[in-house]
Amino acid sequence: MDKKRKELKVSAIRNGTVIDHIPTEKSFQVINMLNLNESNHQIYFGTGLESKKFGKKGIIKISDKYFADEEISKIALVAPSATLIEIFDYEVRKKESVHLPERVEKIVRCFNPKCVTNIQDVPTNFSVINDHKGQMKLACHYCEKTMAKENIDFF
Amino acid sequence: MKDLKGRSLVSITDYNREEIIHILDMAEDFEKNQRQQILGGHVIASLFFEPSTRTRLSFESAVQYLGGSIIGFASADTTSVRKGESLKDTILTVSNYSDLIVMRNPTDGSARYASEVSPVPIINAGDGANQHPTQCLLDLYSIRKTQGSLDNIHIAMIGDLKYGRTVHSLVQALSLFGATFHFVSPESLKMPSAVKTWVKKAGLEYHQYTDIMDIMPIADILYMTRIQGERFPDPLEYEKVKNSYILENSMLETSKDSMRVLHPLPRVNEITEDVDDNPKAYYFQQAKNGVYVRQAILAAILGLK
Repeated sequence: MDKKRKELKVSAIRNGTVIDHIPTEKSFQVINMLNLNESNHQIYFGTGLESKKFGKKGIIKISDKYFADEEISKIALVAPSATLIEIFDYEVRKKESVHLPERVEKIVRCFNPKCVTNIQDVPTNFSVINDHKGQMKLACHYCEKTMAKENIDFF
Repeated sequence: MKDLKGRSLVSITDYNREEIIHILDMAEDFEKNQRQQILGGHVIASLFFEPSTRTRLSFESAVQYLGGSIIGFASADTTSVRKGESLKDTILTVSNYSDLIVMRNPTDGSARYASEVSPVPIINAGDGANQHPTQCLLDLYSIRKTQGSLDNIHIAMIGDLKYGRTVHSLVQALSLFGATFHFVSPESLKMPSAVKTWVKKAGLEYHQYTDIMDIMPIADILYMTRIQGERFPDPLEYEKVKNSYILENSMLETSKDSMRVLHPLPRVNEITEDVDDNPKAYYFQQAKNGVYVRQAILAAILGLK
């Protein structure tokens, strides 16, 4: 595939953010989680695109939008392999992999229905840990339960 | 060691090895000399949002042996919680009337939250299915007293290892002392992977069994827990295993002379009454140790010792 045809797959943006290297099956989850379906920004996205690293990947381009740390934490939880590229006037200003934060505050619900954060007006707070199999998990600061990735539910 | 004065005790992991040993040493002193009027003029609030026999009464007993006063409630029914008052408001109010709050609450994580909003220290007397650190400390005290040391013991934990909060905390605490763990349970009530991860990260060994007799000659401590029928998704499975984890006196024959049987109580039928007269039965003495340990915790947090 020549360079020109590859560029045509998803249009370039003048200003905004590109989220690249999303595991293809997570593309729609990232869109929903960031509420991009309700946004007024111009959004281009593709899934099932060829990728040397992943086989298949998703990519999302959002015009005139730069993400706050809290939103980047959300992306890292769902798609830890993603790359965030900030564009200014068609030029790449910043390109970096998303990083899992040490703590995740206020953006994820605790999966334990008996946790105080689900019963009283208490903001959630988790530490990001790895279990003995190296799987990422969230440990609730309050009820001390650990939550697997598949149980993560954003507010 | 950081000073324990003014620090809440929410989870057993709030204390390191040295701090645990310090509390146990203090408790040993209170066992030798229980009546010490060091809490005179102090008011302790005891907020029990759900029922308890041993924990509430042994805390009240500990406060009174130390000459302190106690206020509080044994059920949330007679309080403003019934009118919908938040936990935060209850804690902020009660902290105006007391030097320290002992709290049991059915909500997981409520004690950590209370400790964050309260200007006075909180002692967690059980937060739902989560933590019960004073039980853990009295278990450690009982193990050290009967075995002479906490180091490198072989502990067998029997029964409901999936939901039993006391066994989870005890694994966390004993991991600081190099124990070997023997987990005996039906397939559906095995120790959760998070707890096993804890053991592995501490570089320690655990073994899993379904037959209680397998660990009888090895164990220094048999830590019994109750299996509740409602925990089983399939009632037939409960019927199959319910009698396999009942300890009878004759089963103790192959155990070490120094082995002791512990149980956080209340027991229902998991230890038959013929075990009570065996010198290896230690669960009632264990409950008594709870008073010395709670005296030590109160004195340490109030900075009176």
